[in-house]
Amino acid sequence: MNAYYLQILTVIGINIILAASLNLISGYTGQLSLGHATFMGIGAYSATLISIHLGLPFIISLIIGGVVAAIFGFIIGVPTLRLKGDYLAIATLGFGEIMKNINLNLKITGGPMGLRGIPQATNIYIVIAAVVLTIFAINRIINSRVGKSFIAIREDELAAEAMGINTTHYKILSFVIGAFFAGIAGGLYAFFFRYIHPSNFGFMKSIEILCMVVLGGMGNTYGAVLGAIIITVLPEFLRTVSPVISQYRMVFYGLLLVIMMIVRPQGILSQDFDFTLFNHGLLGYKKKKGGQIQ
Amino acid sequence: MTTATNLLEGQSLSMVFGGLSALDSVDINIKKGEVLSLIGPNGAGKTTLFNLLTGVYSPTRGKIRFKQRELRNMKPYDITKMGIARTFQNIRLFGNMTVLDNVTIGQHCRTKTGIFGAIFKTPSVRTEEKKTREKAMEVLKLVELDDVWDEKAKNLPYGKQRRLEMARALATDPELILLDEPAAGMNPQETNELIGLIDKLNDMGKTVLLIEHDMKLVMDISQRIMVLDYGKKIADGTPEEVRNDEKVIKAYLGDTHKGE
Repeated sequence: MNAYYLQILTVIGINIILAASLNLISGYTGQLSLGHATFMGIGAYSATLISIHLGLPFIISLIIGGVVAAIFGFIIGVPTLRLKGDYLAIATLGFGEIMKNINLNLKITGGPMGLRGIPQATNIYIVIAAVVLTIFAINRIINSRVGKSFIAIREDELAAEAMGINTTHYKILSFVIGAFFAGIAGGLYAFFFRYIHPSNFGFMKSIEILCMVVLGGMGNTYGAVLGAIIITVLPEFLRTVSPVISQYRMVFYGLLLVIMMIVRPQGILSQDFDFTLFNHGLLGYKKKKGGQIQ
Repeated sequence: MTTATNLLEGQSLSMVFGGLSALDSVDINIKKGEVLSLIGPNGAGKTTLFNLLTGVYSPTRGKIRFKQRELRNMKPYDITKMGIARTFQNIRLFGNMTVLDNVTIGQHCRTKTGIFGAIFKTPSVRTEEKKTREKAMEVLKLVELDDVWDEKAKNLPYGKQRRLEMARALATDPELILLDEPAAGMNPQETNELIGLIDKLNDMGKTVLLIEHDMKLVMDISQRIMVLDYGKKIADGTPEEVRNDEKVIKAYLGDTHKGE
């Protein structure tokens, strides 16, 4: 396979991890985060710096990057997730800008020069393994007591609390898990492109991830996967059609989302769409008896 | 007044919302194993009292003790764990989840699978999940919803949604169950089924506190009735006593009814 396709596949994989982990926070738990790329950035910088300065092996650095992102997720989540409403969106937005400016000004992160000369360690096999493990873990979580608590919070926070769910605890947990996987994706990114810059993990990237989730379908892991593939491939496809159209790809994103919101607001795969890859045999449609009663 | 038979004791409970007094020194005692009804005109403070007992609000003044423990400053989820469950006046189900999952969630506070258990699905987690499912089906059978276990909650007809809310509350394994207008919007037949269900719960040893406007239901199943009006308790006694209470008649029918 030529390098171009291999690169697209790798980026698809990284984006799938990002979209699936944001989907856990926003789609399943119902907490809107506008700073998912920030955690990706924290993972990328931490993994890189640990690898360069401590000489730890790639996989260990990757995991530490994820853990550091999770710790930051906890720090930002504790004060904001206690509140109800849109505070998380605003706080994550602000946090993203703060991290970007910190990275732009610290010496150790290379400031506006970014970090270059990162060893090439990410390959397609590692990315595939990471994607499979991420989807597997998120699926297991969603179908467990923990995941059902996430969904209950999304459905009705007051009722969830009345059922004995410590909603603050579970919202933070969801946020921390999402941040962890975003951090892993960031590490993979850094060790693939071998160069990172604060602007790689800015607000636009966060919005791009959110677009993947919304397009694919909030609250459906496979929707997030599909959204990640479409949003990654679309600009490349447009480039081959016409370089002029490619310049206007942001217009396409916008248009696509507007059309989606009008035609199919639940996303391509709605949360009801449920072919359970890991729980009921490979790609086996889970049979649901009957339609609506009443 | 403090006796061991009282499961719950609320002493001079007051709740003030920004200068508006919703409850004014109300005493409430619930004996173990009884069915107590809370009635009163709209706005009398019945749901506010529920919200105090379940920790949604903290009382402005007063004390609540459940099984000899002070509930003040406890979070709703802690109170649920102690053994008080509730339903809501306007149904609050997890609409996009299945009937079974709604009831499974009810057992949240009695189970303990954590994040790593969820990912690695250890044998103990599998056992717990199996037990949870079985118990959920048991509860669904009790409320006769076991045949629709894989429907989405929001697709159920109204009467079944009410029953599902009760099933979900029951799944938390409560000693005291608070029902907020369980018969609202039900037809006479559904109401009769509900009476049967509440009787069944009581036979199982559950203590029941309910808010209800349907007097047939209230008179049928209550061992005791407490009446609130404008945030104050105006009567507390057997159905017979309450039915003949001057103040209650006045609150419900107004001052002039005698002349008519």
